[in-house]
Amino acid sequence: MSNEEDDDLILSELPDDELVPQMHDDLYDGMADEIAEGVDILLERGWEPYDVLTKALVEGMRIVGIDFRDGILFVPEVLLAAGAMKRGMAILKPLLVDSGAPQLGKLVIGTVKGDIHDIGKNLVAMMMEGAGFEVVDLGINNPVESYLEALDKENADILGMSALLTTTMPYMKVVIDTMKEQGIRDDYIVLVGGAPLNEEFGKAIGADSYCRDAAVAVETAKEYMARKHNQL
Amino acid sequence: MTRTLVIACGALATEILAINTLNGWDHYELQCLPAKLHLHPDRIPDAVEKLVLENRDRFETIFVAYADCGTGGVLAARCKALGVEMINGPHCYAFFEGNQAFEARGEVTSFFLTDFLARQFDGFVWKPMGLDKNPELLELYFGNYEKLVYLAQTEDVALTAKAKEAAQRLGLTFERRYTGYGDLVSALDPKNASAPRPVPG
Repeated sequence: MSNEEDDDLILSELPDDELVPQMHDDLYDGMADEIAEGVDILLERGWEPYDVLTKALVEGMRIVGIDFRDGILFVPEVLLAAGAMKRGMAILKPLLVDSGAPQLGKLVIGTVKGDIHDIGKNLVAMMMEGAGFEVVDLGINNPVESYLEALDKENADILGMSALLTTTMPYMKVVIDTMKEQGIRDDYIVLVGGAPLNEEFGKAIGADSYCRDAAVAVETAKEYMARKHNQL
Repeated sequence: MTRTLVIACGALATEILAINTLNGWDHYELQCLPAKLHLHPDRIPDAVEKLVLENRDRFETIFVAYADCGTGGVLAARCKALGVEMINGPHCYAFFEGNQAFEARGEVTSFFLTDFLARQFDGFVWKPMGLDKNPELLELYFGNYEKLVYLAQTEDVALTAKAKEAAQRLGLTFERRYTGYGDLVSALDPKNASAPRPVPG
């Protein structure tokens, strides 16, 4: 999306209705410095941090997610875009805490035992955070005990498990079966994801849902939280 | 005319031909799918199925020389539905070492190269991951790895040097482990019940 014309752009001179789409383009191109600058400009103009997050960053990543799904963008480009979003979020995060931004729920997330591949998990964590979820990231290589302890301690709503390997994905069932044995399975929404997984696998192991990418994870989490609130 | 077909991953072509030469086997015809399918494992089952269906009328038996290869069990299910056998195990590096031995090691933080991947490191690892253009992504991809293990199918000094250089580029410690062709030999051995067998024709 970048071209020579963009190189001459002075972001601070753009009106809001041009700056925000320009930030979407910059996010798409993984331009972290420009994203940080754009975030600062919008904040200086009096934008609420939550609006900067949702309208400039999350919306930009939504476009990235669509093009990834459609095979237009690949993992390296998505990672660069995510890196740019992370830079923007680093500015916004401390401001969001006190700004009354909506909290949709709390997610405990980590890759399963034996799996150190955390790219997908990190993307989901970032997008969930951007969407208004509180995220407790357990990192990589988590045994069942880590998940259960964190769910209890954090009073979480959602458990997210991620795996990249065919050999590690069955461990998700170990976690869910343990939750059943302890009578706590239905206390949580369980979402699973990772490259070798599919919907059938998610159902077979007793997860609530398989999420094929970060954007789907956010939408699915929102839906389940809305249902949960409707039941209360 | 042989009436047995082996459909293999292109990353195994050299090794399968070497195994045939070593054992004097000529009991099957070999057709390979592009090794690059590994960059999109979800496309492997459809590609295998297409080749099976295209050749079903020409061959008495068809054997699929793929392991699961990141398909999450989908390839195994597809092969079962098609009525064809395939190689057991999660990946080629697992069956080269021997599936049981590989599993027993439980190496979580090791990144594996085979002869093929050592030879094609730039084309199959470095460039597809965008590391040629964006080396700053290295930490994101490999930050959780500690060691590169080169599972060598052959004694090749030049290839070992390439694998060692790959480890340096990825910032990982290096270990070379000679495996030979491991379980791939028995998978193709006509004495094995599930292997491609000669069909009189």
